Amino acid sequence: MATAVLESGERETYLNKEYGIKSWLLTVDHKRIALLYLVSITFFFFIGGFFALLIRLELLTPAGDLVQADTYNKLFTMHGQVMVFFFLIPAVPAVLGNFLIPIMIGAKDLAFPRVNLLSWYLYIIGGALMLYTILNGGVDTGWTFYTPLSTEFLNTHVVTAGLAIFVAGFSSILTGLNFVVTTHRMRAPGMTWSRLPLFVWAHYATSIIQLLGTPVLAITLLLVVCERLFHLGIFNPALGGDPLLFQHLFWFYSHPAVYIMILPGMGIVSEIVCCFSRKRIFGYTAMALALLGIAVVGFLVWAHHMFVAGISLYAAMIFSLLSYFVAVPSAIKVFNWTSTMYKGSITYQTPMLYAFGFIGLFTMGGLTGLFLASLGIDVHVTDTYFVVAHFHYIMVGGMVMAYLGGMHFWWPKISGRMYPEGWGRLAALLVFVGFNLTFFPQFILGYMGMPRRYWDYSHSPEFQILNVLSTAGATVLAVGYVLPMIYFLWSMRYGKPAPDNPWNAAGLEWMVPSPPPTFNFEEQPVVTWEAYNYDEIKEEVPVAQ
Amino acid sequence: MSEHVSSLKLYIGIWITLLIGTLVTVLVAGVNLPGPLNAVVALTIATIKATLVVLFFMHVKYAHDKITKVVIVAALFWLAILLALSMADYTTRLWT
Repeated sequence: MATAVLESGERETYLNKEYGIKSWLLTVDHKRIALLYLVSITFFFFIGGFFALLIRLELLTPAGDLVQADTYNKLFTMHGQVMVFFFLIPAVPAVLGNFLIPIMIGAKDLAFPRVNLLSWYLYIIGGALMLYTILNGGVDTGWTFYTPLSTEFLNTHVVTAGLAIFVAGFSSILTGLNFVVTTHRMRAPGMTWSRLPLFVWAHYATSIIQLLGTPVLAITLLLVVCERLFHLGIFNPALGGDPLLFQHLFWFYSHPAVYIMILPGMGIVSEIVCCFSRKRIFGYTAMALALLGIAVVGFLVWAHHMFVAGISLYAAMIFSLLSYFVAVPSAIKVFNWTSTMYKGSITYQTPMLYAFGFIGLFTMGGLTGLFLASLGIDVHVTDTYFVVAHFHYIMVGGMVMAYLGGMHFWWPKISGRMYPEGWGRLAALLVFVGFNLTFFPQFILGYMGMPRRYWDYSHSPEFQILNVLSTAGATVLAVGYVLPMIYFLWSMRYGKPAPDNPWNAAGLEWMVPSPPPTFNFEEQPVVTWEAYNYDEIKEEVPVAQ
Repeated sequence: MSEHVSSLKLYIGIWITLLIGTLVTVLVAGVNLPGPLNAVVALTIATIKATLVVLFFMHVKYAHDKITKVVIVAALFWLAILLALSMADYTTRLWT
């Protein structure tokens, strides 16, 4: 079959096949839906980031002098809710997963293209409800909606915020469902489970969590809404409920949700590390099983968020022990990425810089997680900035680094253009430095005893210097985040046209044109090689321009 | 792959059974049964209703492929995790 050519003489791609708003809003092409998601999550990322900058500005001085106390409560609540549910959870699966999974397994699209579009519309409806909440005065429950604070004592927009997340949750469930069915049913001939790229394995593991965990969050938020509106006694002790039941149900989803964020990031890093080390992944099977292991064990640890909340000591000991187990598959991954690089032919392009950042920051985030899994230390640092620093090392230092690494790695495929490599490296450096400057001081602050969610720390002015460093870091980080957005947009018009395989990388996605045609492959590919067959690829990564 | 097609009659029958289940749940909630029986009755009816939905509306009764069975077992296993580990707290908590 010959390559389709447009009247203008250009090759037909998913980007130029049709024009106009309708062609985007009614598309069922997984690649276009990925771009719809890209625009939407970027929008919410900058809203969440705006709240973060206001929080950091408030904490620049010990006195609560920039915003009022109630406003501060709303800022950290909406920062968390927007970032977690409208950026971190959908980011990698809905953008890069959506774009790449069908191509990586040799399929024309996902198994359910219309369901894929529906998932984006659900995300948008949820996002619109969240925006309504924000514009109408906001919500101040903390992103965790703890009861009975959220159901009885607050007079803010808890119901709309809860419903926003409820609806967006269904978007996440549908994406997970689509990925599971696609991975099972749509693989090209020869694309066996043991030949799947780890990126696909990572999304498969993520999808299991999305499918099995998200409904629990949806039910829990619905119960919060019911208790708030109809005074059903589920969580409020005054009505015969148990507030810890809320925490059990909430964290049953929300702890594994961290793995919804980080597992796809691990998939990205595996692809990048192999490509820029020119080596097959070390321990492929262990890496794939570790992804599934994290997904399963991640469901057994949730109550480590509740050690000081009043759960029984017996349960606390069980959950403490189980929490340590997550370290095993996580460590397998870190050691295997490192072993992959050992004696590799390493080059330092932008995606690899982000991958380095991910491995280091994820390790720090993971190891400090062990501090928090241990009962004695957890009692000391619960609800301090130590916890804030820990989970930002995972969610931002880990997941966002991986997301940006992936965006740079596959941007030539997505847009058909190269981004400016020099600016890319500068931005990666700024993100790394800015991130550490923002969050490392928070470990110390937390260990010194600074509580999270406080608006005023004038009782302890000695915390100021570390807070000033943190705010300075956040400013650097903001520049590091804005830069890629600018040069990605710039590259769409002015970037050098990308070759089909700009990194000489392995994988089916690099065998289709950049950008790919609507149905990805002109002929059904047949896979006869193992994943990451870099020993068979003689070319090195081209020198950066 | 051939799909089993259920009759409309069966679907309506299941739907009416579900409605009756809901009605009974609401009515029983108004009666003060001894001990924890109120919760036992409500949960029993809810479980029967969920089973009907899974078997008939989700077509699991007519599914013979292994993967569907794996999905059902996995979902029940995950529910068991939620219940069992939560019970590790509830059965050993100091309620004083």
